[in-house]
Amino acid sequence: MPWAEALITSKTKSQKEHTSSQAGARELGYTEALNEALTLALELDPNVFVLGQGVDDPAAMFGVTKGLDQRFGNQRVFDTPLSEEGLTGICTGAAMTGLRPVYMHNRPDFLLLAFNQIVNHASKIHYLDNGQTCVPLVIWSAIGRGWGSGSQHSQAIQGLLMTVPGLKILMPSTPYDAKGLMLAAIADNNPVLIFEHRWLMKQKGPVPEGLYKVPIGKGIYRQRGDDLSIIGSSHTLQLATQALASLQSDVGDGISADVIDLRSIKPLDKEIILESVRKTGRALIVDTGWAMGGVCAEVAAIIAENCPGVLKFPVRRIGLPDLPTPAGFTLEQFYYPSAEKIATVIKQMLVEEC
Amino acid sequence: MHPYTDKGFEAWSTAISRYSTDQLLGMFYSMLRIRRVEEAIESRYFEDEMKTPIHLVIGQEATSVGVCSVLRKSDLLYSGHRTHGAYLAKGGDLNAMLSEFYCRANGCVGSKGGSMHLMDKSVGMAGSSAIVAGSIPIAAGAALTAKIRNEDWVSCCFLGDAATEEGVVWESLNFAALKQLPVIYVCENNYFSVCTPIEKRQPAEIEIYKKAESFGVESHVVDGTNVLAVNQAMAHAVERARNKQGPTFIESRAYRWRGHGGAGDDSTSGYRDPEEVAYWQQYCPIETYANFLIENALLDDAEKSVMEARIAQEIGIAFEHAINSANPVEADLYMHVYSD
Repeated sequence: MPWAEALITSKTKSQKEHTSSQAGARELGYTEALNEALTLALELDPNVFVLGQGVDDPAAMFGVTKGLDQRFGNQRVFDTPLSEEGLTGICTGAAMTGLRPVYMHNRPDFLLLAFNQIVNHASKIHYLDNGQTCVPLVIWSAIGRGWGSGSQHSQAIQGLLMTVPGLKILMPSTPYDAKGLMLAAIADNNPVLIFEHRWLMKQKGPVPEGLYKVPIGKGIYRQRGDDLSIIGSSHTLQLATQALASLQSDVGDGISADVIDLRSIKPLDKEIILESVRKTGRALIVDTGWAMGGVCAEVAAIIAENCPGVLKFPVRRIGLPDLPTPAGFTLEQFYYPSAEKIATVIKQMLVEEC
Repeated sequence: MHPYTDKGFEAWSTAISRYSTDQLLGMFYSMLRIRRVEEAIESRYFEDEMKTPIHLVIGQEATSVGVCSVLRKSDLLYSGHRTHGAYLAKGGDLNAMLSEFYCRANGCVGSKGGSMHLMDKSVGMAGSSAIVAGSIPIAAGAALTAKIRNEDWVSCCFLGDAATEEGVVWESLNFAALKQLPVIYVCENNYFSVCTPIEKRQPAEIEIYKKAESFGVESHVVDGTNVLAVNQAMAHAVERARNKQGPTFIESRAYRWRGHGGAGDDSTSGYRDPEEVAYWQQYCPIETYANFLIENALLDDAEKSVMEARIAQEIGIAFEHAINSANPVEADLYMHVYSD
């Protein structure tokens, strides 16, 4: 398997884990970073193939798959019938027999049609057959928000899936991570779901050339501080970071927080969560999905079980309310977390006594 | 609800010249072995030591054997929950199968799957699903690998009549036809989904293989009690797949003698007429084929007794092996959640 050799001995080890822009580093757009990851994977390994509804159309999956079909041919990069369950099973069967499919969807909502194959099959086959086969499958989709996307085009379903043993779930938040996590996912011998966020795709950021992996199952500190731990991923973590910055400009140097980007929802990096909360005594957990029973709830439970007597303020969760997503603009403003709403919660957590 | 006899066992005599004596007797032995294994499992199931939901293939052995007698070891076979016949006919290890039923560590899937997930990669028994129709797209995915890599192996999948009531079958057939995948779907129409007969589930005038045909997949129907008819249909399908001529669908009709799951005939429970079961038992795939072989002087009672004795001995040893094997340890529980 070329992956183990090529990737592990690649630049990854020599490159320091990045936290913010490095001076002089090459900047790339988010979708360009993903396109580069797929290009490198397709070049590296003839077993990799990319499929999904519209991967070779003019929109090319927000530009992520642009030009890949011309470069690698329509046997390795191809459009699919609208058969999400069937194609997920087909990808599973292909993965079980040695290929490395990357199955792309515009929205996670469409994965709900494929739950039988994801939950009953892909995630369990390695366990069910006692390790005889593995399922190196990547399923990629982009969470929507706004502009009327509504209840069936903006769901963030990582919370529904994180309880399924055998899956890995990644939520990138920077172009660097988008590329490095995509390459890590393709290199992984398990079914890996990548949930992008549509609103991150206009970003630019430093992206090294060539192959590198962002480690799966490890979070990263985006900021260090003492008063509060903000834990989350993807677009909502960016909102929380903005909220923190707005408070710092309001009240000067008074507030400092650990900002932890989980990167992987499953496996979840418990160590980084606990290390930080034991230090700060305050935990705010943010997620693009529903607060109830999902990422927020799980992280809160980990803290509750492992940090007796540490908390200076009750754990707070900021996710979606227990409602379907409304389509209209005004209702959306009430529904979604914003930097302002998050700032209010942070202020409350730091000012009010427990 | 009658056996399909257009090319039924009347036609056996014309088919005989295609085969060597070894092949003809091999198919008989393989069917007899599956029947005796199933009966042995059934006879001990009440002991409650095989803690696994069994789905006996008794009455349908000609389909298991007719199909697998064409496949090579390198060809991949997928199955639904009724796995025993497929697993054994493909060459799966009997010891490991019974160990799996007895929940032993050396079961074919380490006691992780049980009877509905028999698998033996070393002989191309590539996977099975307890979700009806679950393995159907997976088999197409394997065929996609064969196509992309230009392999000479083919993919084959058993499914039941009720599986064709799931949408994913048609998604898979559509894709297999679109990409001309080397996959063979063998629909074992045993006329029942648990206790619900096919006439309560599908319009009588539309035959299953005709539906498959309408998706652009070459389709055939055969008498599933006739091992040579199944073998011939399968030989044609495999030849097409190896020659890159695309997928084939075979509907093989053979009545389910036993209940959906567990041991014994449940026809007295009221969902079907015991006389219907008795009617179909006239078309026992093993007995009718034995008579045919005897008529053609290819088999006699003495040879049959030798086979019976050999099978009985093998089964006895396999049960002993399973019963005396070690249980898993707690650490096994945590193995193979993720692949390295």
